[in-house]
Amino acid sequence: MSEPIIATEHLTRRFSRRDPDGRLGLRRTTLTAVDDLSIRIHPGEAVGYIGANGAGKSTTIKMLVGILVPTSGTVRTCGRDPLRERRQLAREVGVVFGQRSQLWWDLPLRESFTILGAIHEQGRAALTDRTDELVTTLGLGDFLTTPVRALSLGQRMRGEVAAALLHRPRLVILDEPTIGLDVLSKQQLREFLTAERGTHGTTLLLTTHDMGDIERLCDRVLVVDHGHLAYAGTLDDLARTSGAKRILVVDLAESASPLTGIPHTEHLSSQGNGVRQQLAFDPDRTSAAKVLAAVSERAEVLDLSIEEPDIEDVVRRIYHSRM
Amino acid sequence: MVELRQPLTNPSVSRRAKRLAPYRAVLASRMRSQRSYRSNFLIDLYSSFVIGFIELAEVWMLFRNVTSLGGFTFSQILLVFGFADLCYSLADMVMGHCDNLPTYLRAGTLDVFYLRPQPVLLQLITSDISLRRVARAMVGLGAMTIGLWINDVQWSPAHIGLLAMSLVCATAIYAGMYVWAAGAQFFLVQGAEMTNAFVYGGRYASTQVASVWSRPLKVVFGFFFPMAMTAYVPSLQLLGLPGPQWLPAWLAWCTPVFATWTWAMALLFWRLGLRHYQGGGG
Repeated sequence: MSEPIIATEHLTRRFSRRDPDGRLGLRRTTLTAVDDLSIRIHPGEAVGYIGANGAGKSTTIKMLVGILVPTSGTVRTCGRDPLRERRQLAREVGVVFGQRSQLWWDLPLRESFTILGAIHEQGRAALTDRTDELVTTLGLGDFLTTPVRALSLGQRMRGEVAAALLHRPRLVILDEPTIGLDVLSKQQLREFLTAERGTHGTTLLLTTHDMGDIERLCDRVLVVDHGHLAYAGTLDDLARTSGAKRILVVDLAESASPLTGIPHTEHLSSQGNGVRQQLAFDPDRTSAAKVLAAVSERAEVLDLSIEEPDIEDVVRRIYHSRM
Repeated sequence: MVELRQPLTNPSVSRRAKRLAPYRAVLASRMRSQRSYRSNFLIDLYSSFVIGFIELAEVWMLFRNVTSLGGFTFSQILLVFGFADLCYSLADMVMGHCDNLPTYLRAGTLDVFYLRPQPVLLQLITSDISLRRVARAMVGLGAMTIGLWINDVQWSPAHIGLLAMSLVCATAIYAGMYVWAAGAQFFLVQGAEMTNAFVYGGRYASTQVASVWSRPLKVVFGFFFPMAMTAYVPSLQLLGLPGPQWLPAWLAWCTPVFATWTWAMALLFWRLGLRHYQGGGG
């Protein structure tokens, strides 16, 4: 197998903080954000890195790109030491932080791309080709000349992704890229990342709270709990391990008794005299289509929606299974 | 098709030009951005000019009540003020935004700098430029020119060289102070007031006659943060005055040493600050 694009061995990061309750603020407490983490990600993989808030995801990413120094253990990204070779590594890695921007808020996207091209020392022809490709695949053409401050969140996020991928990085790290996006924007972004990976063989490492991101983008999942690696494996195994369920919400034409007795489905609640009902089903044993067909035999369905399992819930189940 | 207006680096350009291209691109965009809001920019220029002028008026008001202060007349202090204000304004124009480091830390802008293949400090310095400071530099230049004109300066090649060297070194000293303050602010995210006391307090001190300073002040603003070397001591030399105890006029020839010292201290603090940040303390 090829050399891993990300390899950590016993990676640990502790933070020392002043204890506000300590006398004169001199007492310090130590928080272990990442604890003995050993992971390997190979070129071309798409890996979801998930965990509850404060589980150590962002700290790991910061160590992978050289922003934070590990307390102990080793980390190599793209075969490089992120601390000693940060500048070389920056040419091979693209990072999207959902909560912070690398665009210039008062400039149009087009001008941000020009500056980033200069920053990554891309030639004019290469930059034009790549910009055209990203503008087309991410649908940026309509707002390329709009100042970033005037873009919607979805437009800005697509611009952020384009900015991070402009220099054709081998590895793309996305930290909550779909947070706050509407359904259409999420879909566009997921389609783009899938295509980018297919075309260029880009490796993706993704942190998210959205199960849909993981399902549609990732082949493998790493779950962290208090800095520990709690789970590493495929998504199917994750769902099986956690027992997480999807929820089908149906709006019926008229009142109906609770829709119980549908195979592998649990009736959760009824509202408005049974006009709206919520059914949880195990995606490993049945499908939304089968459940809907069973419901349709008993009542006329006017509307429906499917709620993905909450990632926090999946993680919580994994955490419980470890206890 | 996307047209790229800005010419980018290509293989034919020299290696140095290629290295400077990222900084040029960012600075050019900052300048275009400031100029594109024309009325705002003009108001900023005007405000900056008024602030510089009010500070000059303050010195003039002081000298309306005394004929000399610390051995300097108004015409002589005009030279010190102009010298200091010109160099400070130039440094402020290029480096003033380094003061915003706590904001950058909170907004995560510094993390973004880590994701680019350039040194973090150079990215910080070239991330912005305050063109409005040009107006204040003009007040300083005007005061210095008048000061040089009305005082009895014995012009010689050595004095012309001293003037040029002092202008460069004084600007470098003020610029170094901004880098020092940025480095210190990694440790004092909520303590910008402390660094401001030395950066802005130092600037104010440098427009004054250092001979009236107490000894501790001479140590702090004469040598540790060498504010007296930016304007007062070079002015002594140009005016042919001997200078007070501890701050003799011949030190004017040592301004490159003081500029080097300031930058050595600034870079040390910056490096320690970055280490502190990477260690998770920022």
